[in-house]
Amino acid sequence: MLEIKNLHARIVDDGTEIIRGLDLTVKAGEVAAIMGPNGSGKSTLSYILAGREDYEVTEGDILYNGQSILEMDPAERATAGIFLAFQYPMEIPGVATMEFLKVAMNEQRKARGEEPLKIPEFLKRVKDAAGLLNMDMNMLKRPLNVGFSGGEKKRAEILQMKLLEPKLCVLDETDSGLDIDALKIVADGVNALRSPDRAIVVITHYQRLLEHIVPDSVHVLYKGQVIKSGDKSLALDLETNGYAGVIGQAA
Amino acid sequence: MPAVQETIDRVRKIDVDQYKYGFQTEIEMDKAPKGLSEEIIRFISAKKGEPDWMLEWRLGAYRRWLTLEEPTWARVHYPKIDFQDIHYYAAPKSTPGPKSLSEVDPELLKVYEKLGIPLKEQEILAGVQKTEESELEEANDNVYKSGRVAVDAVFDSVSVVTTFKKELAEAGVIFCSISEAIREHPELVQKYLGSVVPTSDNFYATLNSAVFTDGSFVFVPKGVRCPMELSTYFRINEKNTGQFERTLIIAEEGAYVSYLEGCTAPQRDENQLHAAVVELIALDDAEIKYSTVQNWYPGDAEGKGGIYNFVTKRGDCRGDRSKISWTQVETGSAITWKYPSCILRGDDSSGEFYSIAVSNGYQQVDSGTKMIHLGKNTSSRIISKGIAAGYSQNTYRGQVSAHRKATNARNFTNCDSLLIGDQCGAHTVPYMEAKNATAQFEHEATTSKISEDQKFYVMQRGIPEEEAIALIVNGFVKDVIQQLPMEFAVEAQKLIGISLEGSVG
Repeated sequence: MLEIKNLHARIVDDGTEIIRGLDLTVKAGEVAAIMGPNGSGKSTLSYILAGREDYEVTEGDILYNGQSILEMDPAERATAGIFLAFQYPMEIPGVATMEFLKVAMNEQRKARGEEPLKIPEFLKRVKDAAGLLNMDMNMLKRPLNVGFSGGEKKRAEILQMKLLEPKLCVLDETDSGLDIDALKIVADGVNALRSPDRAIVVITHYQRLLEHIVPDSVHVLYKGQVIKSGDKSLALDLETNGYAGVIGQAA
Repeated sequence: MPAVQETIDRVRKIDVDQYKYGFQTEIEMDKAPKGLSEEIIRFISAKKGEPDWMLEWRLGAYRRWLTLEEPTWARVHYPKIDFQDIHYYAAPKSTPGPKSLSEVDPELLKVYEKLGIPLKEQEILAGVQKTEESELEEANDNVYKSGRVAVDAVFDSVSVVTTFKKELAEAGVIFCSISEAIREHPELVQKYLGSVVPTSDNFYATLNSAVFTDGSFVFVPKGVRCPMELSTYFRINEKNTGQFERTLIIAEEGAYVSYLEGCTAPQRDENQLHAAVVELIALDDAEIKYSTVQNWYPGDAEGKGGIYNFVTKRGDCRGDRSKISWTQVETGSAITWKYPSCILRGDDSSGEFYSIAVSNGYQQVDSGTKMIHLGKNTSSRIISKGIAAGYSQNTYRGQVSAHRKATNARNFTNCDSLLIGDQCGAHTVPYMEAKNATAQFEHEATTSKISEDQKFYVMQRGIPEEEAIALIVNGFVKDVIQQLPMEFAVEAQKLIGISLEGSVG
C-alpha cells in the first residue's frame, strides 16, 4: 500500500536535509511502528506523507497504491485515503467540532462523487464513534481543539480518523501527553480500525503504546534513514537496551 | 455554521473579480443637473413636494456645509472629490414616488428580482425554513416565525416601493420612505429629524442634511413589538450620481424593532459617492436592532472605481433601560468611513456594536464605533472583527467615553484582526476616556494571521485550500454572525466567502 523509495527531503526555508535515503514498505492490513530517538526525522516523515509544503522532496518517491503522491496537495492526499493523526492538533476557533466533522466528511464524499450525508445518518455515525471513544457529545459542540486537554485532543483525532475511514493511517506520537486510561481508550480505538485493507503507521518514541497496539513490523529511524527493521521483538529490545546498540550496529 | 458549504459553493460558481451585482439597468431617469447650489436644493425639495420648514432646514445645512472642510483624520486616501461634478438627484421617470406594487415599473421590479430582493408580499424569503441542520445549531430567538420581511426599495434618489405597509399599519407601525413621512407625518419628522445627528455634526452629515433625497422612516409606537423584520434595500444605478439617504427610526416606550439595510451598485470605473445619515431613537425600555449588510461595488482588482462610503450612523438611547444594537457586515465600497455609535443617555441603557469588516484588493476601511456613556449604570459592548486580504488596509477606530455623571458605566471592547497574505494591513485605534472614577472599561485586541499550521491541519482532513480558508474565517467571525437575523446570517457568510475569493495565493 505504501512504498517509500530512497526518499530525500529537506526544509524549504533553510535547505536542511532531514530525510536522507529512506526506504519503507507497508502492506495493506499491516501495522508498522516507526521508532527512533529525538530528531531522527519521525515527525518530518509524517508531514511529508501528508503533503506539508514546508518540506521539499529532492530525490526518490512515495508510492501509495502504486501511484506517486508527490504532486498531490494535502487535501487531495486526504481524499485519497491518507490520514495523519497530529502530535499537536491545531485549534480552530469558532468552528464547532461537529461542524468541522461534517464539512470534512462531506468534502471527501464530494471528491468521490458521493452525495452529502443526510443529517440523521451523520449524527448517528458521530454518536456511535464518540461512544466508542468515551467522548461526550457536548464536547463536540465546542470549537475544535480549543481548550481541549491533551487527552481530549488525541481522542478527537482518533474520532476524525474513524469517521473519515482512511486507508492509510499515520499516527504521530499519539501516546504523548496521555495518561494510562486515555492511552488504553485511544489504543482500543486504533485497534478497532485494523482491517485487511487498511495500513497503520504508528510513530512513537516509546514501547509503551506498542503494548496496546501490537505492531506487525518495527522500523528504527535514525538520521533520516531506516537503519533496522524487525518484528515486535525489536521494540522490546529497544526498550531494554536503548537506541545506542542499534545505532552502533548500523554505524 | 450551516453556511460554510454554501459559502464554498458560491465561491466556486463565481469567477475571480466578478462582482455579482455589477450590472446596470437602462431606465429613463429624471435628473437634476450636475453640481450643488441653493437652486439644486430648492429643486430637490420641490420634486419631493416638501413643506417650507423642510426646505429651510436643508438650506441652513447647506450654508453651514459651505463653511466646513473635508475631514482628513481617517486612515484612507483618495483623490479630492469634486462636489460640483455629481448629480444630486436622479429618479426613475416612471416612478416619481412610492406606489403600490402593481403600479411600479416592471423594469424596476426586474432589477430587484435580479438582486434577489423579495418585493412581492406573499413571498417568503429563501432560506428561512428551518432545516434539519437546526438540530446542530443553537435556537435563535430573534427569528420571526413568519419569515416575512417588509422591504423599502430605494433606487438612486427615491423610494420606489414599500411592502407590507397595510399590515404594519394595523399594528400601528409606520414604515415608509422619509419623503412620504415628511408629507404625511410632519410632526414626527420635525420632532426627531436631526435630534441625534444635528445638521452641524460633520462634513458629510451636513452635506446629507442639505441634499438627502430619500431613505426610510420607521415609527413603532409605545408598547408595540414590530410584527416583522423591516428592511431597506439601497441601489445606486445612475452614473455620476451620489446617493444621500436619510433614515430615521423611532421606538417609543417599550417598543421593539429589528431593521436591516442592504446595498449594491453597478460596476463602474468612476468612483461614486454615498453619504448617508441614520438616526435611531429609543425611548424608555425600547429596543432597536439595526443590521447592515453592505456590499457596494468595491472597485476592480487594480483598485479602479468603487463606492466612496461616508456614513454617519448614530443611535440615541434616550430613555431609561433602552437598548440599541448595531450589527454590520462590511464587504463592499472602495472606501468605508463609518462609525455607528450609541449615546447612552438613559439610565441603565445599553449599546452594542458587532462588526465584521472584510477588505480585499485595494479597499480601504476605517470603521468602528463610539459609545458615549452619559447615564448611570450604562453598559456597552463592542466586538469588531477585521479581515484584511490583498493590498487592503483595515482600521478599527473606536471611542468609549464616560461622562462625569455616568456612574458605574461599563464597557467591554474586543477587536480582532485577521490578515490573509502579507501585503495588507490591519490597524486598531481605540480612544478611551473616563471622567467618572467608577467606570470600568475593558479592551482586548489581537491580530493574527491564518497560520500555515491551521491551514495544513484543515486540508489534511480533505478540505481544499479555499474552503479551508473560508472555514477558518467563518469561525473567526462567528460571534458577530450570530447577532444577525438568521436569514441574513447565511447571506453574510456567503458574502464574506465571495469577498475573500482569490485572496489565497
